[in-house]
Amino acid sequence: MNRKENFTAGFIRENPVFGLYLGLCSTLAITTTLNNAIGMGVAVILVLVMSNIIISCLRKVTPSEIRIPVYIVVIATLVKIIQMLIKAYAPALDSALGVFIPLIVVNCIILGRAEAFASKNGVFDSALDGLGMGLGYTVSIIVMSALRQILATGMLTFENPFNVEQSIFAFRLIPEDYVISMFSQPVGAFITFALLAGALAAYKNHQTAKEEKKEAAAKAALKEAK
Amino acid sequence: MDLGNLFVMFITFTLINNVILNQFLGICPFMGVSKKSSSAIGMGAAVTFVIVAASLVTYALYYAVLEPLSLQYMDLITFILVIASLVQLVEMIIKKLSPALYKALGVYLPLITTNCVVLNVTLNNISEGYNFAEMLTYAIAIPVGFTLVLYIFSTIRERLDICSVPKAFAGNPIALIVAGIMALAFSGLAGLV
Repeated sequence: MNRKENFTAGFIRENPVFGLYLGLCSTLAITTTLNNAIGMGVAVILVLVMSNIIISCLRKVTPSEIRIPVYIVVIATLVKIIQMLIKAYAPALDSALGVFIPLIVVNCIILGRAEAFASKNGVFDSALDGLGMGLGYTVSIIVMSALRQILATGMLTFENPFNVEQSIFAFRLIPEDYVISMFSQPVGAFITFALLAGALAAYKNHQTAKEEKKEAAAKAALKEAK
Repeated sequence: MDLGNLFVMFITFTLINNVILNQFLGICPFMGVSKKSSSAIGMGAAVTFVIVAASLVTYALYYAVLEPLSLQYMDLITFILVIASLVQLVEMIIKKLSPALYKALGVYLPLITTNCVVLNVTLNNISEGYNFAEMLTYAIAIPVGFTLVLYIFSTIRERLDICSVPKAFAGNPIALIVAGIMALAFSGLAGLV
């Protein structure tokens, strides 16, 4: 697998959220507004890239019996640093995301990439893998949060996380009388997620069916030629 | 705080503010071990034990060690290590007592370490400023709610296996729709307290 494939794997083929069902807790909980999703996405990318780099650096000196505790300590330290930074510079984001910032420690994507990729590959590749997977996660939660926010409030808004007063954009897509407030509640989270996961599965099924057809056609052509 | 308040708190955290359907924690085992109702019960029991034990240990550690030394910022790292060692212990116990259950739980047993419910309970015990009795009620109520929902969900999924679903929704997506409907049903319990 070359570097480009490795980097783009996280978007569709191995999408961590809708394809592999990793990091579901935070995905379902914080996708109520676009603001939360972007804040969470950036925090996860930072932790994932740095943890992949550190774990990849340490891969030759870590005894394999205690590798999981080592990974967890590295990840917990990084998350604590990010949590303190968010608390200091973006307090509004801190109160909106609440306990889900410290819970990045137990986000399966991060430990999963440490175990599956960073512990076996070089530093640069691991950083790239972390960035790709992190972006895949971020894009997924941004899509889901935009859908939920539009359906639940009819608006799409984004504020500067460092200064709550300053709105970057805010526009209305659905008139106030026609919004479905259910989508900001837990029910909406599960159902939106199921629909998106179903859509991705349908797309993948379609791709494989197409490939099979192509192969069958190639085989038939080969037979005829004979 | 009297017993009545503790009871209200117990009901709130098992049924109304349910950990899976309302707070979205522990979704990984919720999707992973809910295919058979027997393993759902086993998982629930293991999680309950880990949460109660982890709460007691981390509560003691925080107030006896971290706070007097003003090392509060070390909470995350300390707690996750306590949880990881407790899970290791539970794994050894289950392996010895019930090899069948050990096999059924598979990879999800060591993954209790990264079960957000456990870390969430230990962190909330501190950040909500619970006293000892409240902490214990909270640490029992949350996993009881978790086990309850996991069990109900697993019985529905056993029936779902024999239904015909659209191909794209087969497996996890349809299960998530079921979870959504369950969340809707549970939100009806909000008037209970």
